[in-house]
Amino acid sequence: MNVLSVSDLNVKINESHILHGVTFEVPTHSVTALLGRNGVGKSTTLKAIMGLYQSHGSIELNGQSIAGKLTYKIAQDGIAYVPEDREIFASLTVKENLALATRDENDLERQELVHTLFPELRTRAAQRAGTLSGGQQQMVAIARALVNQNEIILIDEPTKGLAPKLVTEVADALGRVAGATTMLLVEQNLPLVKRIAQHVIVMDQGRVVFQGGPENLHDPEWVHAMLGVSGGHK
Amino acid sequence: MDTFLLIGITGIGLGALYFLVAAGLSLIYGLMGVLNFAHGSFLTVGAFVGLWFSSQVMHVSNTWTFIGAMVLGGLAAGLFALLVERIVISRLYERHIDQALVTVGIALVVGAVLAGWFGNDLRLLPTPSWFINTVSIGSAHIPVDRFLYIGVAVILLIANTILLRFSRIGLVIRAGVENRQMVAALGINVRLAFSTVFFIGGFAAGVGGVLVSAYSNGVSPLIAGSYLIYGFIVVVIGGMGSVPGSFLAAMIIGIIKQYANYYSPGLGDFVVVFLLAGVLLLRPQGLLGKVKA
Repeated sequence: MNVLSVSDLNVKINESHILHGVTFEVPTHSVTALLGRNGVGKSTTLKAIMGLYQSHGSIELNGQSIAGKLTYKIAQDGIAYVPEDREIFASLTVKENLALATRDENDLERQELVHTLFPELRTRAAQRAGTLSGGQQQMVAIARALVNQNEIILIDEPTKGLAPKLVTEVADALGRVAGATTMLLVEQNLPLVKRIAQHVIVMDQGRVVFQGGPENLHDPEWVHAMLGVSGGHK
Repeated sequence: MDTFLLIGITGIGLGALYFLVAAGLSLIYGLMGVLNFAHGSFLTVGAFVGLWFSSQVMHVSNTWTFIGAMVLGGLAAGLFALLVERIVISRLYERHIDQALVTVGIALVVGAVLAGWFGNDLRLLPTPSWFINTVSIGSAHIPVDRFLYIGVAVILLIANTILLRFSRIGLVIRAGVENRQMVAALGINVRLAFSTVFFIGGFAAGVGGVLVSAYSNGVSPLIAGSYLIYGFIVVVIGGMGSVPGSFLAAMIIGIIKQYANYYSPGLGDFVVVFLLAGVLLLRPQGLLGKVKA
């Protein structure tokens, strides 16, 4: 059973054709990694799913079309989004950031989950989010996606720009989250992808060029050919 | 000393009127970045609806009639502002030149329609009999209506602060100002929040319209003119988007203007312009405004 089905998705931005008929599925209760070199359209794909870019093609959430819907309605349908640059609300406190995202204030279980995963957020509840470190801001961004019972979480490069220690912290948190939710993850950090992803989609020049299991990530030649980076050590 | 006190308190009363005009401007421009030159027409619409209620509906000039005129004028102006936002402004977010052109157009049309309908002469707004009373502080006799203006301005300031700081809609508005797309991505209809800002801004202007009419002894389509200019000055001096900043600036301007005019009639406007220039040079973000990153 697939939570998300994207078919023949096309996006044009200022006359540039960014996505060319992107097609893929995200199975339920799994982590699907969306990989590819910089600029191949991974972030654009997530934004198009969220309705942040105008797109043409089919996007279905649990068999229901969400293509063309307004962004806030797509989010209410159960798609959470953690953007590449975190985009937390800097002038609001940590508590206010989470309160803003919370759709059901009575869902104490989800709120407890967030504080279990990121206990630091409880102690920093009154701190302005803009004064947090990069890693802490990323935790707020991920926590905002977790405070609601969603069908799928789209996460865009959660470890980008973080110090190695913080990468480990965020990766650990994602590893714990992975068991409880469906995730479509854009990530350049291959060790993290190998650790938590069950499915891999590779994009190149706005097209999907590979879909399958993560086993190929252990093959250095495949990784180099597909992603243009070294990696894949067994 | 009595004259000093009298001018000071009447200056605060005038500042309160400036604040009622500026509060909506500050919210709409400071929070949403919308250049709204139609704000004066919200004030005028509020004033005319207040006049209609006082003179055509109630026929009695008492306190309740005046409170009703303020509330109804505020609601009418708020709804008009909402209509302007829904029909026009919502299509022009991020398009500042278009916003300026369209809202100037709306202001001209509203002014022309009202002038065609009612003429440009002042029409007396019925006020309660106690409006002409004075209160003695020491041996200074302060017109009692000034305390009403000050009281309404303080209530509006407190209501705004509570709304923005402690309510869900205030949280959405503050977040939406920072990043509209991200608020939508959290499942929130941010446009609804922005429409609320327009309604609140319009409501404040409408209430201000009725009070300005009481202060000016009448209602006319031209009544908003100088108050709108002062409203913009208050917003700039106070700091864009800072309602407490607007309150502080309005009080300073009201007091300074009254004292300057007392010592040399007509000097008040010059002093305010110099004050504006000084603030722009020394503290461009305004008294309580934040420096944009």
